[in-house]
Amino acid sequence: MLTIDAVRKTFNPSSPNEVRALGGVTLTIAEGSFVVVIGTNGSGKSTLLNAVAGTFFVDTGRLVLDDTDITRWPEHRRAAMIGRVFQNPFSGTAPHMTIAENLVLAARRGQGRALGWALRKSVRDELRERVSRLRLGLESRLDNEIGSLSGGQRQALTLLMASWLRPKLLLLDEHTAALDPRSAEHVIDLSEEIVGRDKLTTLMVTHSMQQASNLGDRLIMMHKGTVLHDFSGAEKARLRPADLLARFESVRRAELLDESAAAMLRRAYA
Amino acid sequence: MTLLIGAVTVGLILSLLALGIFISFRIFEYSDITADGSITLGAAVTAVLLVHGVHPIVATGVAALAGSAAGATTGIIHTRFGINRLLSGILVMTALYSINLHVMGRSNVPLVEQRSLATIAEHAATRVLGATGDVRVMGWEITVRDLAMLGFALTAAVATGALLYGFFKTDLGAAMQAAGDNAQMIRALGVNVENMIVLGLAISNGLVALSGALLAQYQGFADVQMGIGMIVWGLASVIIGEALIGVRQLGFLIAGAIMGSVLFRLLVAIALRAGLDPNDLKLVTAIFVFAALVLPSLMKRLPHRRRAAAGAA
Repeated sequence: MLTIDAVRKTFNPSSPNEVRALGGVTLTIAEGSFVVVIGTNGSGKSTLLNAVAGTFFVDTGRLVLDDTDITRWPEHRRAAMIGRVFQNPFSGTAPHMTIAENLVLAARRGQGRALGWALRKSVRDELRERVSRLRLGLESRLDNEIGSLSGGQRQALTLLMASWLRPKLLLLDEHTAALDPRSAEHVIDLSEEIVGRDKLTTLMVTHSMQQASNLGDRLIMMHKGTVLHDFSGAEKARLRPADLLARFESVRRAELLDESAAAMLRRAYA
Repeated sequence: MTLLIGAVTVGLILSLLALGIFISFRIFEYSDITADGSITLGAAVTAVLLVHGVHPIVATGVAALAGSAAGATTGIIHTRFGINRLLSGILVMTALYSINLHVMGRSNVPLVEQRSLATIAEHAATRVLGATGDVRVMGWEITVRDLAMLGFALTAAVATGALLYGFFKTDLGAAMQAAGDNAQMIRALGVNVENMIVLGLAISNGLVALSGALLAQYQGFADVQMGIGMIVWGLASVIIGEALIGVRQLGFLIAGAIMGSVLFRLLVAIALRAGLDPNDLKLVTAIFVFAALVLPSLMKRLPHRRRAAAGAA
């Protein structure tokens, strides 16, 4: 379904701020699988998602989605196949437009937009029906501006918008990190519900060990721009937050060891 | 009375300018100074075509298209070549000054004998009212010409406002609105934001040029200097309209821009009548727009400061 083939990305190359964000990531994600990506800060997990979404072009490597090479496709073109929820709850909706208008924009994701009436009478019933499934009582507020809603409500709507047309791939980029615990839980429940119902191929980045162990059928642990661990099947199912923390701890120790070894070498050869 | 009607008529004609500025300034938060050049371009193209005997409707339409081309150029310079928004507008505005001189062949083209939308409106009014010269409306003596122009300008402003409102309710218009509201979001929904900016500026400057075309036909000449400071007049109209209406909904904002333009021209007429030196008009307008832009945020900070001062004491 999605093939990420030896993808590399360096930001600000050959400058003091050079950051090697992705150092040759290779992954193949099967259709209908729900992949959770975790990693330390700066491990490249969000960068990986952005590379797939097309926020920037990768330096080398290939991205193939549904047998189509999308490596050189601009972001808006990839959007025809990809639905996306951002970390910032304010990123996914147009604040000065109404709930209904936002949803209708999403209902034409990746299609041509001409001079047809956006809010046709016929779509209103469908809007109300699908919004009511969010269980937030927003179906009676379809003509309110989205800017008047809370972050949790906006994120739930963004999720609905991203999944409206059953995308080939759904990208969730730490989409509950900025929410209060209750809203976060609700949005996670909704995500699970929607992904399960529509059998969406999903790539989700998270900081939460809880989410990482509970959700999905495959877990990728990233570190310094590469894939460190890749768990799936029974192994993934067995993983508990404590196991994941232990893995992170061992990474940290290895790094400390590296550093002290390097310091020792510096002392020895200085 | 004639003065008043004149002010309202010019206000209605310039409301098309205000609607154009509304698109760039409020939809895209883009201070597009191309308007200063494209309003003159509209006037120049119409005047020259009328002098060459082209039908006024065609001449006006071509003028609007020329303005759209200017706006699209600004958009392309900004989006394709990554030049800062303000600078791309300045470049096109500056280039337009020479282009306008070339179009007109000199700095001023008078329209005296030519058939124009103004004369067509006057003929139509004469036929409808069955009178020439003056007519009495509610006890006022008004020339048929003034009345005809007022009716024509009102129709043009209302029709354009309604069309614009309708446009923003279509799939394309909604996508454009979203491109200004949250570019990241609409890009993730498959819209090319750069193209939306180009299209938006094309529509914006098309309206501005249309305004210039009507203005030239109303006042009977096109002048290469007529566009200077027009963006500030448009901004003033948009801001007055927002204050007047107080509701930040699209339909109200569009109606507000039209009303703001009329009110602004009335204020100008009154100020000039009261003895304001015409040379100071642009200075006063600039100060007004500055105040209108700064006051809201200043108001928000004031109680804050007072509270801080109270806390310190």
